[in-house]
Amino acid sequence: MDGSFILYKIILASVILLISLIVAMYATLIERKVAGFFQDRLGPNRAGPFGVFQPLADGLKLFFKEEFMPGSADQFLYILGPSLTMMIALLTSAVIPWGNSLSINGVEYSLQVADINVGVLYVFAILSIGVYGIMIGGWASNNKYALIGAVRAASQMISYELAMSMAIIAIVMMSGTLSLKDMVEQQHGMHWNIIYQPLGFLIFLVCAFAECNRSPFDLPECETELIGGYHTEYSSMKLGFYLFAEYINMFISSAMIATLFFGGYNFPFMDDLNLSHNALTIIGSLVLFLKISFFLFFFMWVRWTLPRFRYDQLMRLGWKSLLPLAIVNVLITGFVIMIKNHL
Amino acid sequence: MSENQNIGSLSGHSKVVSNKKMTFAERIYLPAIFGGFAITLSHFFKKKVTVQYPEVKRPFSEIYRGKHVLKRDDEGRERCTACGLCALACPAEAITMIAAERKEDEMHLYREEKYAAVYEIDMLRCIFCGLCEEACPKEAIFLTQEIVPSNFHRNDFIYGKELLVEPVDKRVDISKRQTPEVLKFKLDKNQSHNT
Repeated sequence: MDGSFILYKIILASVILLISLIVAMYATLIERKVAGFFQDRLGPNRAGPFGVFQPLADGLKLFFKEEFMPGSADQFLYILGPSLTMMIALLTSAVIPWGNSLSINGVEYSLQVADINVGVLYVFAILSIGVYGIMIGGWASNNKYALIGAVRAASQMISYELAMSMAIIAIVMMSGTLSLKDMVEQQHGMHWNIIYQPLGFLIFLVCAFAECNRSPFDLPECETELIGGYHTEYSSMKLGFYLFAEYINMFISSAMIATLFFGGYNFPFMDDLNLSHNALTIIGSLVLFLKISFFLFFFMWVRWTLPRFRYDQLMRLGWKSLLPLAIVNVLITGFVIMIKNHL
Repeated sequence: MSENQNIGSLSGHSKVVSNKKMTFAERIYLPAIFGGFAITLSHFFKKKVTVQYPEVKRPFSEIYRGKHVLKRDDEGRERCTACGLCALACPAEAITMIAAERKEDEMHLYREEKYAAVYEIDMLRCIFCGLCEEACPKEAIFLTQEIVPSNFHRNDFIYGKELLVEPVDKRVDISKRQTPEVLKFKLDKNQSHNT
């Protein structure tokens, strides 16, 4: 634990933080652009070429909006809500392997902030406290819509987290490790988990949508029934934090999907290219971002394709379809592993 | 035909409700969802219908009913005689006017001995129906292709004579609205507004 190592980790963490924020920032623009294209429109294109300055303008607008707090709101919790949401959304990026390692002057620099041996558990822990920000915000607003939104968010999280964890358990059984880095290493080349766990992938994907509160599972914040749900009473940058955290969550979820099922920074025929280790690492990171971008687009694609679920449908899908399916998936995986070990 | 036989719907549009059990493919919804993806993606690559407004403008109809103009006659005199028929015809009560008598030295400014000293149209009240130009016996007010621009203050939407009367050197062409049929209709003394 020398000084340069700590310095390197701090720099890496800052860079990843910055990238997450920039991606989330531009995801808002891309979302609006994609929404426009799906609806035969062009989307925002006035602020700069192709509207590239639109996120800046939006951010600036949010900063200069009136900072309103309802008189009956719990002041401390009201501020804690969005801060917590934002903080937790950013925490997950620490364990995701953003690339292999770079060797500079004979020293290996891993492109992962923390390769902890319980990486998957860490992600789930963070995900499950993610709902606290929404709960606290909805509760502190002292508004019935906000409260309904918060309660919906909580029950949705609980329902879908089970199926999500079950889907991951199958992968953990396959790879025999909880470290995300090791999982990615095992998917080297073309041995992506999606090939071995298509059902698990489907379950994980659906649950990821539900965990991100994205359409078609955006019941906690549905505009039509709950006029914004948990962030009804929020304005200015506090609202901005909530909206921003949603995009960061999307980014992290896409990264998780890419890492767990699509080989992370691995890409096909990477051993046949005869490239140096560093070049492979950089290309791998770019490939990872390509995969993430696709899933970000997929999030938006789904949003403009599927209508919102009814609440009972959401619960039925979670408890009566996805959870049994995930358990069956775990059983099948266990069975196959058992047969393999006895052959 | 027996009485309890289905005679079908009168409109021919109704469909008999089917309560058949959904197949497995329908129950897991995935084929339908992928069908939806295909539809949205096809729209993603479609030609966009957006018109880039200030740069590109849609063609207006030649008889588009936009901002009003108060016409002058061939010698540059205001045609309006402040009879008030337009204000009377206006269903939105957007037109206000104050009449005045023409002085000896104002012969070159106003065509008749009475004229509108103040003529105001509240563009926020106006519904651009064109009844004012229909009512006008002096061919003085017409609607044009021009658009009433947006403003920051309500008071700025009350257009006075300085905005409505056409400049002497920049006449507004209203020949498209003044077709022979319209002129004939206006001269018809059997129409109530012309008597």
